[in-house]
Amino acid sequence: MTGNVAIIGCGYSPVRVTTPEVSYRELTFEAASRAYADAHISHEEIQALVCCEEDFFEGVSISDEYTPDQMGCVLRPVETVTGDGLHGVGVATMIIQTGEIDIVAVEAHSKASNILTFDHITEYALDPIWNRPLGFHPEFVAGLEMNCFLNESGLSVADCDVIAAKNRRNALLNPIAAYPARLSADDIANSPDLCTPLRQGHVAQRADGVVVLVLASEKLAKKAERPVWIRGTGWANESPTLESRPWGEDAATKAAATIAYKEAGIKSPSKEIDRFEVDDLYAYREAMALTALDAGKVGDRVNLSGGSIGMGHTLDAIGLYRTAMCVEAIRNGDAKTALAHSWRGVPTTSVALSIFSVNHG
Amino acid sequence: MGKRVAVVGAGITKFVRRAQETPPELCWAAASQALESAGMSFDDIDCVIHGTAPDAFDGVHMKGEYLSAGSGAWRKPYTRTYVGGGTGVYAPIHAWKHLASGKFRTALVVCEEKMSSCQPHPQGAFITIFDHTTERALGPNLLWIFALEQQRYMAVHGITNEEIARVAVKNKHNAMGHPSAQLGAELTVDEVLESEIMAYPVHRLMVSPTSDGAAAVIMTNEDVAKSVTDQPVWVDGVGWALDTAFWTNRDLYYPRYVEKAAWMAYNMAGIKNPAEEISFAEPYDPFCYKELHHLEGLQLAPKGQAPKLLAEGYFDRDGKLPSCPSGGLLGVGNPIAAAGMMKICELFWQLRGEAGERQIKKDLRWGVAQAWGDLMQVGTVVVMGRDG
Repeated sequence: MTGNVAIIGCGYSPVRVTTPEVSYRELTFEAASRAYADAHISHEEIQALVCCEEDFFEGVSISDEYTPDQMGCVLRPVETVTGDGLHGVGVATMIIQTGEIDIVAVEAHSKASNILTFDHITEYALDPIWNRPLGFHPEFVAGLEMNCFLNESGLSVADCDVIAAKNRRNALLNPIAAYPARLSADDIANSPDLCTPLRQGHVAQRADGVVVLVLASEKLAKKAERPVWIRGTGWANESPTLESRPWGEDAATKAAATIAYKEAGIKSPSKEIDRFEVDDLYAYREAMALTALDAGKVGDRVNLSGGSIGMGHTLDAIGLYRTAMCVEAIRNGDAKTALAHSWRGVPTTSVALSIFSVNHG
Repeated sequence: MGKRVAVVGAGITKFVRRAQETPPELCWAAASQALESAGMSFDDIDCVIHGTAPDAFDGVHMKGEYLSAGSGAWRKPYTRTYVGGGTGVYAPIHAWKHLASGKFRTALVVCEEKMSSCQPHPQGAFITIFDHTTERALGPNLLWIFALEQQRYMAVHGITNEEIARVAVKNKHNAMGHPSAQLGAELTVDEVLESEIMAYPVHRLMVSPTSDGAAAVIMTNEDVAKSVTDQPVWVDGVGWALDTAFWTNRDLYYPRYVEKAAWMAYNMAGIKNPAEEISFAEPYDPFCYKELHHLEGLQLAPKGQAPKLLAEGYFDRDGKLPSCPSGGLLGVGNPIAAAGMMKICELFWQLRGEAGERQIKKDLRWGVAQAWGDLMQVGTVVVMGRDG
């Protein structure tokens, strides 16, 4: 990478099924305050802000309007990316690498508990001319993709049951997780069918939460207490149309990983990366992502946080929760290098990932 | 600033009241034109950037994902960004980060808006930009709040509505030379003031239309730029700033967020005296008063003096500092994000001497484009220039 960039502050709210006593702005203020305190800075030192959100999740059009105040970033360079928080990490890293700005905050939040008709909103992401008139439930897309992936990879539905149960159990050790449970693969197998072969137990359940990160240039990060260096970032899309995408593989993750691995100088991901926090909005997606990331046989190092199945699906904040878990693992000495990865859910192919390290290589 | 960044190609669709094309088809039309003008293909593009404003216009959730089909973002890094009405000038700033950071070499930047899908009128979507607790219940619309802002601007400086109406006369005249224009016309000040009052003091002919359309540019790093063209147009400065969402707590007479963004861009470009050094401007003009308001925020006219300079012909295409030589949003049309990008395209064509009958007949060093939006809250500014 041209110009080293580090995370010097990380703040988040615990992931919760619902947060009726606070607005998303109050939740964001809480996470920002924690991130700024963690970085030992005041909000006045933030030079730019990147927020990640979608209008229909917010219930507000051009929802970027409501981003600067609770972050303490009024009258500063602020932008909104309609992507996962990890897209925001990529953008913030580039901002610093231009050499014009030294310290940038990244924010993403979920107030999913405000959304009364989530599936109906997701339906509105389907192509309005070719797909939406067919009237299928959007999760049907995940069922189709799972079917194709299992067929091509040789994995079974039972393998997906194991993944889902593992992530629910991993979340028992994560104090901020919303859906920890001591479940077995049989418990998952006995959950109701959703869109065959997809089962209810394979699906991450939605939750509320906010994460704020503070990223800084090397000049500033060197003075920070526990910087976590961003070694590589990547993001990519495949075909947005259902009719022309490869259903059995995650080609977008492969393309994004190629960029990030090259930046980080990683040749053998399974040997060089200690911890993976990857997409598991559906259990099969964890296996699919690991295949695309060229990270086979790393089962005991994947989604130790509980992933989104165990922590909760916090919409576009989920990538930043995975990032926060990587940051803590590196700061605690549990990992030297960690990877966070996200997918934006059906019907998209949009993915983003970042690689973090205790040093800048 | 970081590595040098250039614009090497531009494309635009016609701006119309109701396009027959789907939103991705509009994107494709602009993107393919931009690629053709740069002599490049999708294979030459490292990353794709999309700018488009509310999802509610199209009624498509995650609209950026839907539009990516038309922008060629298959198996490529793709992001969609927005800052309300400021998006069209912001998208090239977002692309600038991709290139000035050294991460990518080439970027396709596409801005699209299809407002006609929103029935019966896009004002229905605009109601949802307001605060759900404190404002939305009052049923506000954009005409009302911009009428408030115009009133404040006029009251502070003693400006008349006749002075403001001249903006429509100038811009609709300039748009007569733009092949994409929706509302070019030869009008008089009286005709503007005789048009119906939408929300006093705003008359119908002082308001840009709702439109469908798309515009795109190809941006590259210095090495690629020099290899594909002997006429690169350089992005010499960029700036953006977002003010508080609590617009009712601000004095609306002056766009301080535009000033902040402008100085960020001017400082990057090494411009000390913008009124003297900028050759021409494309300020955001969705309403007549906004062009004057923004010229002042851009430091191209003293506070309250833009109407007087306009009356003197200072901002005419053959004036000292041509403003909106394209015809602006009032003349060319206002498919929100695409309208801002249209201004970037105009800078590119003017600086290359390719603006046809709109060409400013003097040596051009720097042009500045600016857009504005959200709750009268955001300023986005790009300074582009030729080698000086």
